[in-house]
Amino acid sequence: MHKVIVGLGSCGIAAGARAVYETFKAQIAGGELAEKVKLEITSCVGMCYCEPLVEVVDNDGRRTLYGRIDEKKAARIYEEHVVRGRPAADLVVDPSAAGSDAHAFLSRQKKIVLRNCGVIDPESLDAYIAVGGYEALRKAVAMDRKAVIETVKRSGVRGRGGAGFSTGLKWQFAFDAPGEKKYVVCNADEGDPGAFMDRSTLEGDPHSVLEGMIICAYAVGAQKGYIYCRAEYPLAVHRLKIAIRQASARGFLGKNILGAGFDLALVVKEGAGAFVCGEETALMASIEGHRGMPRKRPPFPAQSGLFGCPTNINNVETYANIPWVITNGADKFAAIGTEKSKGSKVFALAGKIKRGGLVEVPMGITIGEIVEEIGGGSNTGRPLKAVQLGGPSGGCIPASMFDTKVDYDEVTRTGAIMGSGGMLVMDETTCMVDVARFFLQFTQTESCGKCTFCRIGTMRMLEILNRITEGRGAMADLDALESLSSDIIKGSLCGLGQTAPNPVLTTLKYFRDEYVEHIGQKKCRAGVCKALIKYRIKDNCNGCTACVKVCPTNAITGQRKQQHSITQDKCVKCGRCYLKCNFDAIVVE
Amino acid sequence: MSHHECTCPKDFAAEARDIVGACGGGREQAIPVLQEIQKRYGFLPKELMREICKIADFSEAQLYGVATFYSQFRFKPRGKFALKVCVGTACHVAGAGAVVDALCDELKAKVGDTTGDGRFSIETVACLGCCSLAPVMMIGEDTVGYLDPLQIKKTLTKASEKQNA
Ligand SMILES: Cc1cc2nc3c(=O)[nH]c(=O)nc-3n(C[C@H](O)[C@H](O)[C@H](O)COP(=O)(O)O)c2cc1C
Ligand code: SF4
Ligand code: FES
Repeated sequence: MHKVIVGLGSCGIAAGARAVYETFKAQIAGGELAEKVKLEITSCVGMCYCEPLVEVVDNDGRRTLYGRIDEKKAARIYEEHVVRGRPAADLVVDPSAAGSDAHAFLSRQKKIVLRNCGVIDPESLDAYIAVGGYEALRKAVAMDRKAVIETVKRSGVRGRGGAGFSTGLKWQFAFDAPGEKKYVVCNADEGDPGAFMDRSTLEGDPHSVLEGMIICAYAVGAQKGYIYCRAEYPLAVHRLKIAIRQASARGFLGKNILGAGFDLALVVKEGAGAFVCGEETALMASIEGHRGMPRKRPPFPAQSGLFGCPTNINNVETYANIPWVITNGADKFAAIGTEKSKGSKVFALAGKIKRGGLVEVPMGITIGEIVEEIGGGSNTGRPLKAVQLGGPSGGCIPASMFDTKVDYDEVTRTGAIMGSGGMLVMDETTCMVDVARFFLQFTQTESCGKCTFCRIGTMRMLEILNRITEGRGAMADLDALESLSSDIIKGSLCGLGQTAPNPVLTTLKYFRDEYVEHIGQKKCRAGVCKALIKYRIKDNCNGCTACVKVCPTNAITGQRKQQHSITQDKCVKCGRCYLKCNFDAIVVE
Repeated sequence: MSHHECTCPKDFAAEARDIVGACGGGREQAIPVLQEIQKRYGFLPKELMREICKIADFSEAQLYGVATFYSQFRFKPRGKFALKVCVGTACHVAGAGAVVDALCDELKAKVGDTTGDGRFSIETVACLGCCSLAPVMMIGEDTVGYLDPLQIKKTLTKASEKQNA
């Protein structure tokens, strides 16, 4: 029996995987092999840079992975490989071949959380069970509840949602809290606007997250659970709901789970678009049907959480680690990583990088190793400038510090934070002042408005950054940014406000010269800030007139076959002529 | 899914009972109720919200308070094709701004608007979770990656033809 497996994660689908799937479906149904070939789906293996991915499994079990497949190539694979048994060699991506891109991308990774992603059919419970799924739950319910918590504590796993608090300790607090009624909550809000670890995990292996939650519920004594998932992730919600239905039908959820005498019901709650709802107290307010505003802690959720009951809240990735920890034991988990950061971390690698995608690396690896070796370095040919970790709460780490290790404490020392796993790679065409402005605009819009410093302070900072990027900045603005930052950090109730200045502080720390250039010389060396740049046509322009046609304001004039020029006061700096020119005759300066 | 032509129900009270019947009318159901309304109409018709508050456990003030807090909810109808352009970090760095501008120029509309013919509405969102394909947008239910500001017209035509088929 041949098997054809198409990767249908959101990213694969966006790259055209659905059409590829349909092509195979039609070919198989219409061909003479209809009875002999099985078409299956899986999710994202993380190799977003060569989506859509297709895997063909031969009768003898040999697997061939194909990358960057479209409908035409799918038809070819069917004809050549499936029908005639000759793999289409030029389309193969071979992770086992040393020296290949796929090998470089995968060989340094350590898959714990993503162990099943892109491997199994995420919509099939049997597929999950076939790879050892729900064995950890069986093992856990045979253990004393305290022993489960002890195992999690000893493993050293820390929360992957950003703050890195000890998961075992958190469970202990929820266990210790008095109360009959308790809740478990999974934070799947994934607010960092440039990260997709949790989405991929939920789309690719929803049962592992459920299993982690069920084990937690058993350990802390909860009877009901919520998964709060971002509204922008319809496929994740869909697959979660399928998984909950399947697990309930098989007795992994519901009454008297595995005969161990405990009950659990899980519900998916869709978020409605508010970054602050990733903050745990705001998230719970949102589940309760209110505006998602954070409240003061203590009391912590473990004492008084959802509907006033003791609640354990963890991130998607944190829960997905748990079955592995229980199955393989605390020591095996604790053997991976650094002294205080154990296990692995998933990063969403994006930006100016050759091999973007989802990577899971052992803690302790350096940022440089991730960017250069796994990611293959810059995709523009220009040198890399920095990576941004932790999104709006995090900061930029400059290329000169790429030997920084992936470790909660070491990353924090740079001024950035480990964050939930967004890793955005930037090169010389990225303006650091613009990046800071971008994040401030984001936090300013997303501030819930409860605290004056967060509400107004971020607004003042944004105004200053707008001024600087528009060429109206003054040197005194830099001091103002720093003092506003420290006020906002001190005067904000929740993490949103407390960390909002980080993107500004880290860029001021490592890229102050760019701020100074914007202010003093009215120059944006990256060519990003519209008010400070000019498009100019050089003398190698051959007068092809392609640019004239794309200019929305008719700012470009000239005779056909002769050098053209741009009327600067008509130019709106949309850059379309620059993108259009095939002869590199247009420059930004 | 979402239509510009007014699809508002004739009988708001009956529709309200149907939605509350489907979602429940408890205090904590305010968000699911709003999501259900928006799923059916593409926006939140005022009269319908009023009818729902008559029979559910929340007041109009509470329901509006919730509806205005979350960016998902809209008080204006969407176009036949809702365009959600990602302006998250990865897309921003990859030139999402130029994509938004090109879209607005092409459709002669602003972010938040629906085109005069009711075909397209433009919204921005922060991250669709497909960052490695940046810049990205959703056209109706489809996510499209590697957007090129110079090819916007073609992208729109292709996607709308596909979804019409
Ligand atoms: C503004 C803000 C946004 C947050 N967003 C998220 C998020 O999207 N996902 C997440 O897991 N945690 C997020 N957190 C952290 C949560 O408050 C909480 O610490 C986390 O869910 C705990 O889970 P963990 O211990 O497993 O990391 C956010 C915190 C703040 C202050
Ligand atoms: S710090 Fe900002 S987001 Fe957090 S509670 Fe205060 S105003 Fe709201
Ligand atoms: S930043 Fe646009 S999809 Fe993530």
